Amino acid sequence: MSEREKLIEVKDLQITFGSGRKKFVAVDHVNFDIYKGETFSLVGESGSGKTTIGRAITRINPVSAGEIYFKGKKISGKISRELDLEVIKKCQMIFQDPMASLNERAKVDYIVSEGLINHHLYKDDQDRENKVQAALREVGLLPEFASRFPHEFSGGQRQRIGIARALIMEPEFVVADEPISALDVSIRAQVLNLLNELKKSRGLTYLFIAHDLSVVRFISDRIAVIYKGRIVELAEAEELFLHPLHPYTQALLSAVPIPDPEREKKKKLLVYDPSVHDYSQDGPVWEEILPGHFVWGNQKELEGYRKKIEEGNF
Amino acid sequence: MANNEVILSARDVEIQFSLRGRKLTAIRKCSLDLHKGETLAIVGESGSGKSVFTKSFLGMLDANGKIIGGSIMYDGVDISQYTTEKEWMTIRGKKIAMVMQDPMTSLNPLKKIGKQIQESIEINQGIKGPEAKKLALEMIAKVGIPDPEKRYNQYPHEFSGGMRQRVVIAIAVACHPDILICDEPTTALDVTIQAQILNLIRELQEELKMTVVYITHDLGVVANVADRVAVMYAGQIVECGLVDEIFYDAWHPYTWALLSSLPQLGVKGEPLPTIEGTPPNLFNTIKGDAFAPRNKQALAIDFEEEPPFFNVTETHIAKTWYLDPRAPKIEQPKSIRMLREKMRERR
Repeated sequence: MSEREKLIEVKDLQITFGSGRKKFVAVDHVNFDIYKGETFSLVGESGSGKTTIGRAITRINPVSAGEIYFKGKKISGKISRELDLEVIKKCQMIFQDPMASLNERAKVDYIVSEGLINHHLYKDDQDRENKVQAALREVGLLPEFASRFPHEFSGGQRQRIGIARALIMEPEFVVADEPISALDVSIRAQVLNLLNELKKSRGLTYLFIAHDLSVVRFISDRIAVIYKGRIVELAEAEELFLHPLHPYTQALLSAVPIPDPEREKKKKLLVYDPSVHDYSQDGPVWEEILPGHFVWGNQKELEGYRKKIEEGNF
Repeated sequence: MANNEVILSARDVEIQFSLRGRKLTAIRKCSLDLHKGETLAIVGESGSGKSVFTKSFLGMLDANGKIIGGSIMYDGVDISQYTTEKEWMTIRGKKIAMVMQDPMTSLNPLKKIGKQIQESIEINQGIKGPEAKKLALEMIAKVGIPDPEKRYNQYPHEFSGGMRQRVVIAIAVACHPDILICDEPTTALDVTIQAQILNLIRELQEELKMTVVYITHDLGVVANVADRVAVMYAGQIVECGLVDEIFYDAWHPYTWALLSSLPQLGVKGEPLPTIEGTPPNLFNTIKGDAFAPRNKQALAIDFEEEPPFFNVTETHIAKTWYLDPRAPKIEQPKSIRMLREKMRERR
């Protein structure tokens, strides 16, 4: 594991909004690394801070404490202008709602090439057009679409435009913020396949933000579960689904509907009660309990988890 | 579990919308029987007409939409003949109620939630004043909102998404309807909240002996709640059966496509099976099986003639030529046959 190149490192990240009495800590004590070429997922309920983390990495939201590193260089806080430009180019974002994230008054041509225009990354107009057409082809759209407006497209096609817009900058790292939750079931599979193909052909690394756990399990290499701005558990995808340790992870997994009527009828729903944690005496730590499997808990809880792993009681 | 008494029976319903002078046939001869006390789930992609079809049971079609054929029999009356709001008001809310998808937009932001629930009781049950308030408070408690007295005087923005959806449900069931239609009731909610809302609807259904119709595209939710499932495609029901029959023994190629594109059935690193193409344009008349152009295994007759319904079992019908005795033998795709085993072995 350790020989793999770390593309993103997040250390003790804290993000707050507002100040003084109105100060709100959205993300606190968040630690994780994203390796090159993997799909790393953040799951959690709405308001848990998963999008905020994604936005902090792409430098949309400022960080109030802690550091973020991109390829070993610090990209949080005040950084040089050159590095800032590099991060803007190399870290792209795909947004949730393709109906809201495209400029309704611009043609696809402009939408896709806006990044190029802002950074003068093309030789002449011909070069720019070629790049746009190549990007459209790469996401499975026809080059002719460049002259149309977003309203002429279906949800799935619009999401592809959003992906083309990210790809044209030739990013290494893509933050996909719920890229499929606004899409129809049959379209979802297509967009997931596209993301996976691009990962292979372009060697992309994804930070995938989602709340649909069945999708996350299919697409991710590793998953972090976030609750109220804090990552409570992090593990390889299958490991997390097979051996969830933190009570919140267990509750979340139990709530996922499974397309199997017989199992659904027998299912027992777990409800997470945050008051089970008594952190007044014994403070919690971020502990690697098994190789690659991290969990947030105090010594007493960790002991319980270790016992559970030993007994194989899941 | 449901008995077989039919509470609502839609026969050959056709619904047309006129859009800029053109006619769009959203529902093409769709038939459905609702049994008393059952939970039916209608699944299909957006634009398949699942919302339009159920909205026609309450006279809630948009002004440019009209039922142009068929009948909807409820309580011995053909409600598809209703034209005035006055007639519809005898059904809507009182007998058949609806829960909408987005709890953020289906409540009045300027009105206290207690008043909104009370309003439904006052209009539909004719109970006024303190009496109605008492019922409203009972309703708030019943849908699992703590501290009803305080919550009664709060506005929708003071509620979380899940709590708001509880309020919407309270409004819908306040008048003890026979049929509750839930149009994607949990799509806008988190998984943990979703499970709670589904449980709440189930409890209310048992207590009030309601028939519940779910409209959803989440097959996981379907597996959780439904007794029966109807699959809709291009304005028609193409397959209908008990939940086990649809999940383990589906026959329509569209149902196969829907089930096999589930990420739960996917193998990591391999592409998920997808449905090629787009649904047909409903402005045009559709010849043959509407799904044929997207079906790689379509038979020649699929492009010529519309298939009738074939019985798979007494409770399970499918509208596909595959089931005709003259059709070549076509096997269900492997992933469908494996679904049960596959789901069983993973936790």
